[in-house]
Amino acid sequence: MLSLIAKRLGIGLITVLAVSIIIFLGTKILPGDAAELRLGQSASAENLAVLRERLGLDKPYWQQYLSWLVNFVQGDMGNSLSGDTPISGLIADRYQNTLIVSGLTALIGVPISVALGVMAAMFPGSTYDRVLTFTSVTLVAAPEFFTATLLVLFFVLFLGMGSTIVSGSTDGMGLFELIQHFALPITTLCFVIASQLIRMSRAAVLNVMASPYIEMAILKGIPRRRIILRHALLNAIGPIVNVIALNLAYLITGVIVVEIYFSYQGLATLIVQGVQTRDFVLVQSLGMIFCATYVVIMLIADIAAILANPRQRHPK
Amino acid sequence: MLDQTTTPVLSVKNLKIQATSYPPGEKPKDITIVEDVSFTVQRGKVLGLIGESGAGKSTIGLTSMAFGRGGVRITGGEILVNGRDILKDSQSQLRSLRGQDVTYVSQSAAASFNPSKRLMDQVIEATLRHGILSKNEAKTRAIELFRKLGLPSPETIGDRYPHQVSGGQLQRVMTAMALCPKPSLVVFDEPTTALDVTTQIDVLKAIKEAIRETGVAALYITHDLAVVAQVSDDIMVLRHGKMVEYGATSQIITAPAQAYTQDLVNIRSELHSEKQENGTPILKIENVTARYKSVPINVLKDISVTLEAGHTLAVVGESGSGKSTLARAITGLLPPIAGQISFNDQPLPPAMQDRSKDELRDLQMIFQMADVAMNPRQTVGQIIGRPLTFYFGLRGSARKARIRELLDQIEMGRGFEDRYPAELSGGQKQRVCIARALAAKPKLIICDEVTSALDPLVADGILRLLLDLQAQENVAYLFITHDLATVRAIADKIAVMHKGKIVRYGPKSQVLTPPFDDYTDLLLSSVPEMRLGWLEEVIANAKMQAAGN
Repeated sequence: MLSLIAKRLGIGLITVLAVSIIIFLGTKILPGDAAELRLGQSASAENLAVLRERLGLDKPYWQQYLSWLVNFVQGDMGNSLSGDTPISGLIADRYQNTLIVSGLTALIGVPISVALGVMAAMFPGSTYDRVLTFTSVTLVAAPEFFTATLLVLFFVLFLGMGSTIVSGSTDGMGLFELIQHFALPITTLCFVIASQLIRMSRAAVLNVMASPYIEMAILKGIPRRRIILRHALLNAIGPIVNVIALNLAYLITGVIVVEIYFSYQGLATLIVQGVQTRDFVLVQSLGMIFCATYVVIMLIADIAAILANPRQRHPK
Repeated sequence: MLDQTTTPVLSVKNLKIQATSYPPGEKPKDITIVEDVSFTVQRGKVLGLIGESGAGKSTIGLTSMAFGRGGVRITGGEILVNGRDILKDSQSQLRSLRGQDVTYVSQSAAASFNPSKRLMDQVIEATLRHGILSKNEAKTRAIELFRKLGLPSPETIGDRYPHQVSGGQLQRVMTAMALCPKPSLVVFDEPTTALDVTTQIDVLKAIKEAIRETGVAALYITHDLAVVAQVSDDIMVLRHGKMVEYGATSQIITAPAQAYTQDLVNIRSELHSEKQENGTPILKIENVTARYKSVPINVLKDISVTLEAGHTLAVVGESGSGKSTLARAITGLLPPIAGQISFNDQPLPPAMQDRSKDELRDLQMIFQMADVAMNPRQTVGQIIGRPLTFYFGLRGSARKARIRELLDQIEMGRGFEDRYPAELSGGQKQRVCIARALAAKPKLIICDEVTSALDPLVADGILRLLLDLQAQENVAYLFITHDLATVRAIADKIAVMHKGKIVRYGPKSQVLTPPFDDYTDLLLSSVPEMRLGWLEEVIANAKMQAAGN
C-alpha cells in the first residue's frame, strides 16, 4: 500500500514538472519578452540588451527555466511586470481570500450535499428524491451569475440582509464573522457544488445498492437505513471522494464569475488581471500554483480511495 | 398456536409469480415466470429444486423469503413458513422472517460478501440484529460452525476480509452465516456451481453434515441432478416455470416418470468412442514453458502433447491449472519462453503477429462466453461472413450462399442471418461461434470451456454437433474443460493438468483406467455420480484414508 501511495506521489510530481515546462514554454512562444514589455515599444536596443542581461534573458532557455523553477520552489516568484512589486506578496492576500471562501464553502456545502444525496438513495423514486433531483438538475443548469442574482434579489433586496459587495479587510475576524462577511458568495458556491455532489453521491450509493452483497443484507433482514449506512456507504466512498476533490479544485481555481460578481479579491480575478495586462510572470506563477493545488487535492483523493479499498488496506 | 412438530417448515400452494416486461415500442405486458407450483418441506428435510436456467428455481427459492429479484411479483398462491402466511406480513415482520426463520446461501460467495467488512461481522450480523444471541455467544457459535464446516483456523478466520480467503472457503463461511441465527429453513441457491470439482466435494460434504447435525430444513437449488441427488430427500424438477415431476430422490433418480427427467438422468453418457492413432500429427507441442510478464512464475512448465488430424485432445484441470494459458501459447497470444509448437510438421512462429494468414486461418478458437465473443451490433450473417471475406475474399451472393451452408451445418437453418446475438438463446449463440470458427476451414479448433456456461441438455446438443462436424470436416479439437463428464463424452486423448504441469496424458481409455496418480484419482473421485449414497461413500473413503495415514 505504501508503495502505491509513493507511486501516486511520484506521478503527482511528474505532472507538476510537466506542467511547469508547458507553462514556461508557453510564455516564451508569445511575441515579446519581459524586457520589451517593461521598457515599451520605443526602447533603444542598448537599453533592451542591458535589461535582458540583468533579468537573465540572454541565457539559454533551459538555464532560464531551471533558475525560474528553483526560485519558484523557494517562494521567490519575481516581480510583477506591470507594478514591479513582488508577486508573492500580490498573491498571498488573494490566496488567503480564496482559501477562506472555498474552505468555508467546502465545510458547509460538502457534508450537506453528500448527506442529501445519500438520503435520496435511501428512498429512490420517493417525492423527496424527485424534488431533490429536479432541484439539483435546475441548479446545475443555471449559470453562476444567475444563481448569485437570485440570491441577491432575495436576501439583499427582499429581506434586506447582507450586502452585494464583499470587500474590505478580513483581518482578525472569527469563523462566524467570516461566514457572515462572505455569506452570499459562499451560498452561491454551495449551490453550484451541491447539485453535482448530490447527484454523484446518490448515483454512487445506488450503484453499490445493486450489488449482490446488498441483496444478501436484505435477505438477512437488515433495515434499509443500516444497509445504506453500514454496508453501502463504505464502498461508495471511492467515487464520492473523487467528485468532492474535483469540486474543491474548482473552488480554488475557477470561481471567476462569483469573485467578479461580488467584487472580492481572489485568485481567479488576479489571473484575469494578469492576462489583461500581459503580465506573464504573474500568469506563470498563478498557473503553477493552480496546478500544484490541483495535483495535491487529487493526490489526497487518490490516497483516500486507496485507503477506502479493503484489498489495499489488508493485502492477502 | 400451531403444533411446531407437525407443521411443515415451508408449505407452498399454487404459487404464481409474474414480472412486467417492457418490449421496445410496445405496451408493457405481464409475463408469468412461475405457475401452479406446490410443495412442502418438513422439519429437517431437504427438497432439491432442479431445472435449467430460466426454469424459475431461484425465483421460487427466494419467494420463501417473500423476496422478488428485480421487480418480480408473487401474484397468486400461498406461502406458509412455520404455518404463517408470509405474503400477508408487514415490512417489519418480513425483516424478522429474513435472516431469522429463513436464511439464504447464494451462488457467488465472492460477490455476496461486503468487501469492506470482516467476515465475522457479516456472519453474526443477522443473529445480533434479530436479538437471537449476545455478541459473545454469537461469536462462539460462529467459530463452532466454522469448525463443523471444516474451515482452517476457525478461531481467526472471521478476522479476515472476504478477499483474503479462497472461493471454496468463502462458500462455507456463507453457509456458517446462514446457520448462525438457528433458522428453520436455509435456501441454498447453487452453492457449489462456481467451484472446482475437488472444492465442490468439500463444500457439499460440509453442507450435508451441517444440515444433518443442526436438523435444519433446506431448499437446495441447482441445475446438476447428480449433486442434488446427494443432499436432498425429495426432488422437484422444474421447466419453464412449471412443475415437471415431484417425488422422492430415489424415485427421480432410478425411475423417472417424465421424458424430460429421463433426459436429465441419462445425460452423462459417452457420446463417442476413442479413435486409434493414425500417425498424422497436426499439432505437436514440445517442452513448452510460458509465463506472464507481471508474475515471475512459470504458468506452463515443460508441456509436451501431440494432437492428430481429426482427433480430439481434451485438456482437463481446475481453475489455475494453466489450461487456458496453454491455449494462449498455441494461438500465439502469449509466446512461450521455451519449447516449440509445430503445426502440420512445420514450426509455428511463437508470436501471433509473425504468423502468416494461412497459419492463422488453420487455427481457430471458440470461447466459453459466446455472449461477449460476438459484436452485439453485428447480425449473425455479418459475424459468420467476416472470416469468409477476410480469408477467402468471398463477397455478394457467393458469401451469402456459404453463410447459408454454414448455418445448415450448425443445424440452425434459414432466417437467422439478419438476427442479432441478443435475439438468440445461449446454445444458439455458441452455435454461431462454432460456425464462425468453421467458416475459416481450420484444421484445428481450440474450444475453451465451450459448454461450461450452458445448461446440461443444451451442452449435450453442442457436443453432439461438434462430433458431427469433426466427422464431416476432419477438423481436430483441442478441448479445454474442467468437466470430466464432457471429457468422457468426446475425447480421443486426455491430458490432465495440475499447477502448470501435465500429470497424466494418453488415450482416453488408458487415462481413465486405474491405477491412477493421486491427482487424477482425486479429480475423478470428485465428480458427482448420479446415484444415491455416492457422497457418503466418498466421505467414508476419505475418512478411511485419513485413518490409514
